[in-house]
Amino acid sequence: MIMGIRDFWLGITRRAPAATRASLAPMEPTVARSTSTSALLDVDLAPDDPLVAHFQGAPGAVEVGKLHLESPALEQLRAKGVHLVVPLVAQGELVGLLNLGPRRSEQEFSADDRALLSNLASQAGPALRVAQLVRQQQAEASERERMAQELRVARIIQQTLLPKSVPALPGWQVAVHWQPARAVGGDFYDFLTLSDQRVGFFVGDVTDKGVPAAMVMATTRSILRAAAERELSPGKVLERANELLCPDIPQNMFVTCLYVILDPSTGGLEFANAGHNLPYRRGSDGLHELRATGMPLGLMPGMNYEQKEGFLERGETLLLYSDGLVEAHSPQREMFGVPRLEALMVDHTGGPGLIEHLLAELAGFTGQGWEQEDDVTLVALEREAAPSARSSPGGQPATGKPRAAGVELSQQGSTANPMATGAAAGGDSGGHSSSSAGSEKDEPRRLLGKFSLSSQTGNERQAMERVAELVQELGLPDDRFNRLKTAVAEATMNAIEHGNQNRPELLVEIEVLVSDRELAVRITDHGGGPVPSARAQPDLDAKLAGEQPPRGWGLFLIEKMVDEMRLAGDATHHTMELVLHR
Amino acid sequence: MSSRPFEAHNRIESGAAVIDLHGDIDAASDLGLNAAFEEASQTRLPVILLNFADVDYINSTGIALIVSLLAKARKAGQKLLTCSLNDHYTQIFQITRLADFMGVYPDEASALQGASARA
Repeated sequence: MIMGIRDFWLGITRRAPAATRASLAPMEPTVARSTSTSALLDVDLAPDDPLVAHFQGAPGAVEVGKLHLESPALEQLRAKGVHLVVPLVAQGELVGLLNLGPRRSEQEFSADDRALLSNLASQAGPALRVAQLVRQQQAEASERERMAQELRVARIIQQTLLPKSVPALPGWQVAVHWQPARAVGGDFYDFLTLSDQRVGFFVGDVTDKGVPAAMVMATTRSILRAAAERELSPGKVLERANELLCPDIPQNMFVTCLYVILDPSTGGLEFANAGHNLPYRRGSDGLHELRATGMPLGLMPGMNYEQKEGFLERGETLLLYSDGLVEAHSPQREMFGVPRLEALMVDHTGGPGLIEHLLAELAGFTGQGWEQEDDVTLVALEREAAPSARSSPGGQPATGKPRAAGVELSQQGSTANPMATGAAAGGDSGGHSSSSAGSEKDEPRRLLGKFSLSSQTGNERQAMERVAELVQELGLPDDRFNRLKTAVAEATMNAIEHGNQNRPELLVEIEVLVSDRELAVRITDHGGGPVPSARAQPDLDAKLAGEQPPRGWGLFLIEKMVDEMRLAGDATHHTMELVLHR
Repeated sequence: MSSRPFEAHNRIESGAAVIDLHGDIDAASDLGLNAAFEEASQTRLPVILLNFADVDYINSTGIALIVSLLAKARKAGQKLLTCSLNDHYTQIFQITRLADFMGVYPDEASALQGASARA
């Protein structure tokens, strides 16, 4: 009987503390280092050690003394008194070594000994591999469970950042739905009672979803709250929030956000929009978008946000929503889309339940087993038809304080694993493409024409020529005409290269609109990425000195060519509006 | 006015290397413009004149190309001048301050005269 072998089994089965001359050095798949127990021998066996190749190719027991290799591991084996090594190989991979010292009889290992060891190794190798895999799977399962637990905690934390109730406003119905696509999300909403008793409503959407979006969402919400507590004008609040967010937000992330201040006593609205989906006002005169332009927060500093006013009559409803609703897809990959939302809003006869109505339609559209693609947030604000027709739910006095009811925080989606959205449909009509709708306070604009071009370098020349044809009837002076052409070419290049990333299948859409006061060319891309945030003024001295690259003139030129350059967008579109005053 | 492929022709006139530019100055003209400039630069003449008489379109990439030519000319100790830009692009050269660093002349004769006055 080989004493070493007996000791080895004792070592494995009982973890015998006795000194042993045989050991097993199981190797992890990448780092060949045994754990340290009395039966195990510490051997550092690097993956590129020549001994590995030798063992993998040498069946049966190997005598250490007969090996002549430049191998650090071999030195270690010798130093530890190992005489015989039996490689344990499974599926061509070295998974362990059976190391034996000299026989206690001081005899050489016999041919029988070696045959027995080889036999043992051929069975122990696969068994050891199975044990290693089981252990690895256990570790992975425990890691997955730990991450799931962390996400559950993150979800709870994120929910605490959202309002726990909706404002109780006599004569008003407020309802909310918030459903992240994953455990946590980048959508958010918030309510704030201001010092003058008006109520602020935020709805926002951070690019992307999941944990990164949720972290940016938390910061953004705090910044917006702080800004809203200092400023009473929505445009200024977004401007300030943008300034604070810009230095800290990770590159390629941005936040679309709509801020509406409601005066519940009059129905008066003030709002500003940082690239978020336009809200809808539904009244007896039909459905209207409330349009105000502004860039998403966090893209570039120094932005101004257009501020608009509106009004909700009795019986009218305002819907704020995120793109998760309109960009949901059916099993046939059809998109829910803005037109469908508009039709549903028109069809819904008012009263409570607009959100339920929309969600029921969404569920029917996406079908069972829908893996929610993006976060969905809906906030509906309805002015009751008659102030006393329905009491405020809960019957609270008009304190403007939130009440503890009415918020639907859906628990769905916490384990959803949305599939990659794949190639985005190129030609969707998106929330910002123009329709006849607009704030009733907007000056009416006439559409001179619209067209689209594929995103190929050089197509900016076509854009320039077609816009030139469309504006010909206006009889612009040569100088203004040429400046507009250059601005259109540059803005189209920007949309092709940056917005649409030179992907020919994505379109650049161009609209030319005119009113008594201004001529506007709207250039929209569908790439979904942020427009370049580097807006360092090009400095020719620096460029000639090699301190700035020679390029980077596009936005600078555009700004110099037109009277106003307005930027707006959402998570999937950017629109640059070039304006010449008339 | 449709897109026209870029071409450049070099000649020597009154002690200046003149590059006659034809077509659009944009990303597609990069190689041609640089090659013509290298040829002009190798004459070691003190003045290189870019003649824009037959150019209708310069975009921001074209401006960047001209900036890089200007940097090369300054490094080589050669003066880079321009002539025959239309009013619109003359304005753009002023807005970008290229006009501060390279003489901008209404036509070739005044540019060559200006060059000899400078020299």
